[in-house]
Amino acid sequence: MALCTTSMSSGEARIEPGRGGLTAPAVVLDEVTISLGGRQVFSGLSLVFDGGRTTCILGPSGCGKSTLLRLVAGIGPPLERGRVGVSGGGGPCTCSWMGQEDMLLPWLSLHDNLLLGATLRGQRDREAEGQARLLLARAGLAEAGDSLPAQLSGGMRQRGALLRTLLEDRPVVLMDEPFSALDALTRQRLQDLAAGLIGGRTVLLVTHDPLEALRLADDIVVFAGSPAAVVARLQPPGRPPRAVGEGEMARLHGHLLSLLMGGGRP
Amino acid sequence: MKGRGLIAILGLILAWQLVVTLAAPPPYILPGPMPVLRAMARVFPQLLGHLAVTALEIVLGLLGGVLLGGACAVAMIASTVARSWLQPLLVISQALPVFALAPLLVLWFGYGMGSKIAMALLIIFFPVAASFYHGMRRVPPQLLDLAGIMGARRGAVLRRIVIPWGLPAFASGVRMAAAVAPIGAVVGEWVGASSGLGYYMLHANGRMQIAEMFAALAVLALFSLFLWFAVDRLMRRLIFWEPATPRRDP
Repeated sequence: MALCTTSMSSGEARIEPGRGGLTAPAVVLDEVTISLGGRQVFSGLSLVFDGGRTTCILGPSGCGKSTLLRLVAGIGPPLERGRVGVSGGGGPCTCSWMGQEDMLLPWLSLHDNLLLGATLRGQRDREAEGQARLLLARAGLAEAGDSLPAQLSGGMRQRGALLRTLLEDRPVVLMDEPFSALDALTRQRLQDLAAGLIGGRTVLLVTHDPLEALRLADDIVVFAGSPAAVVARLQPPGRPPRAVGEGEMARLHGHLLSLLMGGGRP
Repeated sequence: MKGRGLIAILGLILAWQLVVTLAAPPPYILPGPMPVLRAMARVFPQLLGHLAVTALEIVLGLLGGVLLGGACAVAMIASTVARSWLQPLLVISQALPVFALAPLLVLWFGYGMGSKIAMALLIIFFPVAASFYHGMRRVPPQLLDLAGIMGARRGAVLRRIVIPWGLPAFASGVRMAAAVAPIGAVVGEWVGASSGLGYYMLHANGRMQIAEMFAALAVLALFSLFLWFAVDRLMRRLIFWEPATPRRDP
């Protein structure tokens, strides 16, 4: 396994062909400088997130993780300097988004909620509806398709939000603490489901949970400091979703925790 | 809850009878429940005729006010130009006491139904427009961000997200409107009319037929209650995703 504590400024943009027939591009930050409320969040941050891989972004609260994700999505604050983009020059429409809250529309059935993107673009058709039904069945939600969100448990709703994100079928998936509002068991089930369904896409997952990062990530990036910088980047061995809790994983968990607790400066 | 409402009404009638029995006011000041009931039986066909007029004014005013208020709220959400023009107009329309306008409305729209409908409409318009508008403004920004990332068209966001999001607030505006609509119609009738319950009450009052006046008042109150419950039921059915029991306030 590789463990390095240099801030990545010269990452290579490796593009793997997606497993789902998608070509997942790398996400590139180039000399990004940005301030929020007079405080510099990033100063000349350069970073490459590899295509087709799941990168978990760890860091203490308020260090700018979510801002980074919003920048990639094209809904962030204006850049002072630099560029955020996708290799191959895709527009903002290459991303799909999943947040901490499910954001399911309370008046739509789960099935119709999955199709929200298609509906909003005027692209809803038989094919999309079939895909939604298929995804619901794969996630064990076939019975719940006609239910309103209020009739579902929190875990089922968040599963619905995950499926809605996947149904968008975009090569880049941005997830902002997607499982943090769930109880431990539900969280683990959802992590497994996500790892199984999301393959082949470029995934950026912001989390404050080192265990989650170790379970799901091909690549872990740890942020710290103000303005935020990368203080560690590591690739856990094996393929996600990993069992954590023993041996190497336990050691890495301890390592990540100490990085986060200590403000991250090596 | 309905049982308690019934008991409360019965209690009020009992208290009314008690006051009449103990204080024995002359019947042209305060008649007891029984004389009022007798008067109602006597003039019932007449009252029904007047009720038909007033009810039509109220319902038309309600429909017009709800449609206009709703359209105004949507226009204010959809276009900043519309907002900058309509918002001051809304505030001004509330600064003007509508009752003071009643004589003018009668002058402009005549003694018939037109002026009463206009009156009801003016009263209803504001609560509907204001609550619908604020309801739509409360769409979570994360949801709009999500729609943006999904590549949504602007019209689709308005139609599929913003307007439905505002509908529960719209419904409470309509409920409020249903409660105040009779006021508009009756005030309009007081200022100048040739039929309607308000006209009848004024007329009966002028001739010291207080029992008849109370009978008309009772019919008006019953109709208002019926209207409110009908509107409430319709709104519940329309906004099916809102919980039937209101959420507890934090």
